[in-house]
Amino acid sequence: MKRGRSRRSLLAGLGAAAVGLSFTGLEGCSTKAPIGRNGEEAKLNVYNWDNYTGETTLADFKAATGVAVKMSLFSTNDELFSKLRSGNPGFDVIVPSNEYVTRMRISDMLTPLDLDKIPNRKNILPAFLNPDFDPGRHYSMPYTWLCQGIGYRKSKVDGVPDSWKWVMESDRYKGRIGLFSEADDLIELGAKYLGHSVRDIPYEMVDRIADMYIRQKPNVKIFHTDNGQDLLLSGDIDIVMDYNGDIARVMDEDPDLDFVVPKEGSILNSDCLCIPKGAPRPDNAHQFINFLLDAKNGAEIASTILYPTPNGAALALMPASYRDNPVIFPPADAIAKCEYAAFEGLKRAQFYDETLTRIFAS
Amino acid sequence: MDESWKRAKGVFAAVGIPPVFWLAAFFLIPMAIIWAYSFGENKNLVEISVNGTFANYAHAITPLYIGIIFKSFWYAVVTTALCLIVGFPVAVAITFASDKTKTWLLLLIMLPFWTNLLIRTYALMAVLRNEGFINQFLSLLWDGVSHLTALAGHPLPPFQPLPLLHNTFAVIFGLVYVQLPFMVLPLYAALDRLDRSLLEASLDLGAGHLTTFARVVTPLAMPGIVSGVVVTLIPSVGAYLTPDLLGGPSSLMIANIIERQFKTADNWPFGSALSFLLMYMTFLAIAVQAIVARNRRAAASEAAS
Repeated sequence: MKRGRSRRSLLAGLGAAAVGLSFTGLEGCSTKAPIGRNGEEAKLNVYNWDNYTGETTLADFKAATGVAVKMSLFSTNDELFSKLRSGNPGFDVIVPSNEYVTRMRISDMLTPLDLDKIPNRKNILPAFLNPDFDPGRHYSMPYTWLCQGIGYRKSKVDGVPDSWKWVMESDRYKGRIGLFSEADDLIELGAKYLGHSVRDIPYEMVDRIADMYIRQKPNVKIFHTDNGQDLLLSGDIDIVMDYNGDIARVMDEDPDLDFVVPKEGSILNSDCLCIPKGAPRPDNAHQFINFLLDAKNGAEIASTILYPTPNGAALALMPASYRDNPVIFPPADAIAKCEYAAFEGLKRAQFYDETLTRIFAS
Repeated sequence: MDESWKRAKGVFAAVGIPPVFWLAAFFLIPMAIIWAYSFGENKNLVEISVNGTFANYAHAITPLYIGIIFKSFWYAVVTTALCLIVGFPVAVAITFASDKTKTWLLLLIMLPFWTNLLIRTYALMAVLRNEGFINQFLSLLWDGVSHLTALAGHPLPPFQPLPLLHNTFAVIFGLVYVQLPFMVLPLYAALDRLDRSLLEASLDLGAGHLTTFARVVTPLAMPGIVSGVVVTLIPSVGAYLTPDLLGGPSSLMIANIIERQFKTADNWPFGSALSFLLMYMTFLAIAVQAIVARNRRAAASEAAS
């Protein structure tokens, strides 16, 4: 029998907020907005990644519906998860990645979507309609997809570094290498390099991957926290694990940069639009999601953020410079070798995290 | 007259209850929750059952984590030592400065507190980066020298920036920078109270400046040194922001590992256990220090009688 009370009831009972995590009182500090036609306040709190909407998206939405969007930003999925863990502080729409859709769904943190209110889901490419992290798309709508790979500075690297070897197991670019700092990405890409799937990695292989990174550490300049593209652009590093969209954006500023999906294959991610449990304005949230999935709005977003869009109708409106960009849309044979990672239980996540601590501490 | 506050119980309670409530609600209860978590386990991603297990502590004392805790202590000890070496002359200089200068010098020591730690740390990054101010300055010097040697037919190889950021050096440098005021202020407080005639007596009676410093100033400043060391050492052990922003992967300190348990690893029980392990060690260190100090005082008063 369980002796203690669960954390939730404990917190609820005491009415106390736990440890240094900040719980923004979104509701308390803002003035009342006018009531819209659907009976909800004409406002919406969106919790999103930085630089992840089109330049006019929010203004367009306000013009179309009268609903003012207040955007808050997170920089990692963990941040999103820990903010909503103790209850929703007032967000209506959130943008978790695929693995975190699973985490939040099994933790009962998401509201099922009312698909009738999202007619624009017809625009979504069939390949994105039935992912294994949300069969039938009852909790999430695809917003972008991403591919991990290697970003590099052409003039500082020999040829195309089309293998993970150059960042994981080689001293050729000593002191100029940037790796991800997230445990699951590092270990899953390591498995990919060793010829294994990114799922069900045997624990002894995880140890082998850890040893490989420990040996590689003297050659690594930095384990970056989603700012690899900036470090590449500033010249701090010349070769980096990163996302295709991030590199596509800095390539606009510096034509000496490029991106490749290594020949061993890589990881695909998908950022999704979800409505968290306890969202104060679910109808506005549905309207917003439907608005983002519209062809024209989707194209506006894609042309700003330069991530691949899962929105077929939006894609059709995009210029060839986007559609045929080999960084935004890596070649089909490269994508064929890529996989989506999955959340495989808390035990495994904690084991990966401890492995990362071991890599860092040694 | 000075007993009157004891009789005015109502006033006393009115004044006393808000801070007691504050302490209980925002310090003791959250700490108790974290303490309880340290004896719990994850039921799933978001729920923790407190079932009295010691597994988290058993896990926390495995070599991996003990190693990181000791490394953090080592960084803190080095930081404290450097603060003492740098801070003592500064404190002495302030003490012996004229009253007007003293105010200005103290203001300079306090000035950093008016700026947020995060902003100061980012500023430090701008100084230490590869393209930072130090490296830019060195690069200019290097190029200048290279021009000169080129005249003699031997140009220098191109300038390689010094690796000043994202390593252990940067962490220690940042910690010293942040903690220095906390060392200088108690040292100054102790030195300022010091009776100048004792120094004159020491010098008159034939002790040199060094001997006077070592055998008169230092013992008299000891309370200031001890409190300076304590207020520098303890926050340094738990430093989070500095190693996070300035350090590389090898210079992670225990607070960064604890942060990851709460944010990335979703392992609040283990993070709680690590936090409390650190706290037990700090309490132990303070207790040992208090006992040593008491014994020394007892011995001194015995010798005096």
